Amino acid sequence: MTAPNAVETKSLTRRFSALVAVNHLTFSCAHGSIFGLLGPNGAGKSTLIKMLTTLLPPSQGTAVVAGFDIVRDPRAVRRKIGYVSQMLSADGDLTGYENLLISAKLYGISRAERAARIAHGLEFMDLAHVSGKLVKHYSGGMIRRLEIAQSMLHRPQVLFLDEPTVGLDPIAKQAVWQNIRDLRREFGTTILMTTHDMQEADQLCEMVAFMHEGTLAAVGPPAALKSALGPAASLADVFIQYTGASIAEQGDLRDVARTRITSRRLG
Amino acid sequence: MSHAHESLHAASDEVGCAIEFARQTLAVAEADIRKLIRDPIELFTRMVQPVLWLLIFGQVFTRTRAIPTGGIRYLDFMTPGILAQSVLFGAIFYGISLIWERDLGIIQKFLVSPAARSSLVLGRAVSSTVRSLCQMVMVYLLAFLLHVQLRFDPWAVAGVAAAVIFGSAVFSTFSLSAACIVKSRERFMGIGQVLTMPLFFASNAIYPLSLMPSWLRAISKVNPLTYQVDALRRLMIVGGGTAFGVRTDLVVMVFVLALLVALATRLYPNIIT
Repeated sequence: MTAPNAVETKSLTRRFSALVAVNHLTFSCAHGSIFGLLGPNGAGKSTLIKMLTTLLPPSQGTAVVAGFDIVRDPRAVRRKIGYVSQMLSADGDLTGYENLLISAKLYGISRAERAARIAHGLEFMDLAHVSGKLVKHYSGGMIRRLEIAQSMLHRPQVLFLDEPTVGLDPIAKQAVWQNIRDLRREFGTTILMTTHDMQEADQLCEMVAFMHEGTLAAVGPPAALKSALGPAASLADVFIQYTGASIAEQGDLRDVARTRITSRRLG
Repeated sequence: MSHAHESLHAASDEVGCAIEFARQTLAVAEADIRKLIRDPIELFTRMVQPVLWLLIFGQVFTRTRAIPTGGIRYLDFMTPGILAQSVLFGAIFYGISLIWERDLGIIQKFLVSPAARSSLVLGRAVSSTVRSLCQMVMVYLLAFLLHVQLRFDPWAVAGVAAAVIFGSAVFSTFSLSAACIVKSRERFMGIGQVLTMPLFFASNAIYPLSLMPSWLRAISKVNPLTYQVDALRRLMIVGGGTAFGVRTDLVVMVFVLALLVALATRLYPNIIT
């Protein structure tokens, strides 16, 4: 009973009183792809991710994630997905190893497998040498890699990454990108990520979708979307074309504050 | 045969679920307890208040002999009340850690895991009870040094531990529910301040129910702290009396705990919206 796509939404809608954050959204995301979700702040990306990860019930419509319906069977969905939020979810007062240990227990990974999975995660994300250090002493890139390792312990079919490289320096970004590619190669994981970084979307994602006012304004491979606009068009041009927003002027106080807090903690 | 097989299968499934549930509950508690072991200083700062109450308030009021204690020294009478108080004060602000961890993004990580919401709630209650049991040991030590007539028979001590565990679980779960409703640190601190003193004074912690005006007695009787103190007074102190009976006290606490766990489980996902 495998669904043809890793993620498939049907008229997915979420309202917050008068505001329609996500508006009858229907799209799909193929197995094993890296899918980028772009759009200005307030376009509905985070609300969409929250619904797909079962953190927020939809007002209308539904979605099938990793073969299970998010409304009818949220717990089955949770067994099959991983999620790294935009905020730093690793616990700074625990060591890297302890963070992984707690996650492994929460995901019900058997004692027999636990040690091997944790060791593999540390190795894979190049964190074995700092596994005994408290996470609050990690660099920003190390924390992100630890969080991805945590979210992969139970070998999810679909991994949701909410702005995985926000606040990272270019070298740390490259390392995270490489990790994401490696994950997909080794485990065949489908990766659905949001980003504001056009270079990231261009280099990493096979498919991108531009979200605008709760709907998808455009979906396609980055190269196709660019060439449709003109021979010299960049992904930033595509962004402006479909969302009508310039990249520099977006986000309200809350968005900016949150991004800055995350950036400072990644410091 | 196949029927027996099937029911055996169903039973083993249920056992598997229960083990999984226990494991997830303990994982939530473990994260917190590891941090506590690494930095246990809060256990000591929390002892300041019971020390002040027993050493100053207790010593002075023991001299007045104005409060009917059922034939025991006033200091002995109030010791179980002060143990209950230190459990209450520790547990009632417990919800703030939930708001704090929500702001950090840790709670979101718990919520996307397949762990049952109720195990996330109970795990918090378990880590709160571990802190309270540490406080219990310290209050016993302090009371012993002050020559309070303590009962040391194993059943009585086990009963005290049970009353401490249920009390701590009740108030930390109550605190968790409040945190899921108010959602911000500032509002939560306000609510915590408003709640603690009324809960404490509208109970039998430092004076008996018989001394209260009838309206206060009525409030005390719906205050879970009263039942906790009632059980503690009987089990902790030589010659300590009980108004309701220890069994009733424990049943009331377990019942309130079950209600609060159900409530907190419903409210828990709201913390992130």
